[in-house]
Amino acid sequence: MLVNNEIIQNFSRISSRGVFGQALTDISKENKDLRIVVADVSSSARLSGIDTDKIINVGIAEQNMIGIAAGLASEGKLVYATSFAPFASMRCYEMIRTQLGYMNLNVKIVGLMSGLAGGVVGNTHYGLEDIAIMRVIPNMTILSPADGLETYKAIQASTCIEGPCYIRLTGINGFTPVYKEDYEFNVGKAITLREGEDVAIIATGTMVGEAVRASRALSKNNISTTVIDMHTIKPIDKQAVKYAFENHKLVVTIEEHSIIGGLGSAVAEYASSLKNVAPQLILGIPDKFGKVGDYMFMLKQYGLTAPQIVEKILENY
Amino acid sequence: MKNFENYPEIAKKIRKNIIEAGWACGVRGGHFGGSLSIVDILTVLYKTVLKYDVKNPLKTDRDRFILSKGHCAQALYAALYEFGFISKEQLLSFNADNGDFPSHCVMNPQYGIELSSGSLGIGLSFAIGQALALNQHVKHYVLVGNGELNEGSVWEAIMFAGHKNIDSICVIVDDNGMQLDGFSNAILPVSNWKEKFSAFLWDVVEIDGHNFNEIEKALTTKHTGHPLAVIAHTVKGKGISFMENNPQWHHHSLNQEQYNQALTELGDALC
Repeated sequence: MLVNNEIIQNFSRISSRGVFGQALTDISKENKDLRIVVADVSSSARLSGIDTDKIINVGIAEQNMIGIAAGLASEGKLVYATSFAPFASMRCYEMIRTQLGYMNLNVKIVGLMSGLAGGVVGNTHYGLEDIAIMRVIPNMTILSPADGLETYKAIQASTCIEGPCYIRLTGINGFTPVYKEDYEFNVGKAITLREGEDVAIIATGTMVGEAVRASRALSKNNISTTVIDMHTIKPIDKQAVKYAFENHKLVVTIEEHSIIGGLGSAVAEYASSLKNVAPQLILGIPDKFGKVGDYMFMLKQYGLTAPQIVEKILENY
Repeated sequence: MKNFENYPEIAKKIRKNIIEAGWACGVRGGHFGGSLSIVDILTVLYKTVLKYDVKNPLKTDRDRFILSKGHCAQALYAALYEFGFISKEQLLSFNADNGDFPSHCVMNPQYGIELSSGSLGIGLSFAIGQALALNQHVKHYVLVGNGELNEGSVWEAIMFAGHKNIDSICVIVDDNGMQLDGFSNAILPVSNWKEKFSAFLWDVVEIDGHNFNEIEKALTTKHTGHPLAVIAHTVKGKGISFMENNPQWHHHSLNQEQYNQALTELGDALC
């Protein structure tokens, strides 16, 4: 794909869901073994451009979705299974663990509208825990792209992962592009977007964009910041984590996910083995079910906008 | 396959294999009751119904047998040994530390094990996925327990297979009327099988799951248009008197006296 400004703006406009549909449409033209199992969300997942014989709509039945996906994969198909993040990850969790993890089958689960992207549809539809629960399943890879272009690259890259994978899509229509030009995306290899000496921010999903904006603001306070896009949560890029902890005075992790079990935890689990390194500040969604509002209201409620992130870093630096 | 043998002889040997495997693992015990109730069905499946090549177990066009009631892997291993997929040594490594043949089976098509099961309610969905990936010449036989039908996930799959007319799928319900906590009638009975499956556009036959003629007829009659459910009424623990309809033998271990008695009741079948 030729990446240009027009494509990047279009990806921003159609949101991660639209990009997902676009990426799968492109893959379907090359890969005859592609199958997509959906639980009554084919319009939400923007799959209308794909041959109907490649799409299996199981209705609102996520457990059956994962079982069928597993059966297809056991016979050599490349399978994507999708619904809104909490239903694609939690309703059928034990099926994912047993049939995809334990049996190590080649199914990619795509959690749509994760994080707080659901806005006013509320807590039932938020993806607050998906990273945490997917992380504990052996064999599982977890991808969490930062913007539209990275979503496209993550979906493309996932076709080459042998085994189960959870792809977490965050962001709403019009979300700001982080990447303005083409770049190399490798599963498990974090991307350093800005380099600084004082604070390292490790972010994932939509929070990468907020981290970049926070970093620019911090430079006005004479705090230089490294910003790392941790698009692969599992396996975590240990080298990037080590670099952050050994070369900065503070490491901050930011995610549109519970502060328990997500990116912050994954980073801390590895960093706990490092000696004499910087402390870590974990920013994310607090351990509670908050009141519901639109996407920006939710980000503000949980302190996840760039100005609020700056404030918290200044308090802790 | 040993074609000269008849169903009762093979079934007796498989029952004996179940006892020997369970005896070999001592106090670790096994799921004797539910394993013994499916022996006659497995006998007909492996002797007559399933298309497979034991010398080439991964052959793409083999029929798929999915043991969805995975806690009865002991019976599957017993049948796989009888039909040449695994060795006697492997059968007797049932429930051994670090073994390939634990209580709940682990996917290993080389040994004829298509699915890691034990978690109930996943086999039919899996078989549907396989059926959608393969051509119609391959048949998919899924063995579920009556207790397993408590799981909502099975009904999601039943609804879907009926809607899509996936006629390469046959579900066999081992209705032994019991489950872990005892008699299903006192727990969560699923009655009126015929009406329930028919409502989801399945064809249904009800049989005596210990009558070889009925089993063979149900599983070999040419059948198209809809998925098929064979409701097999069985006896939990069938063939060993002290295990029959005894909730204790859902999972239990044998003592010397019980082992001797089980072998006596099975007569002179050679393991």
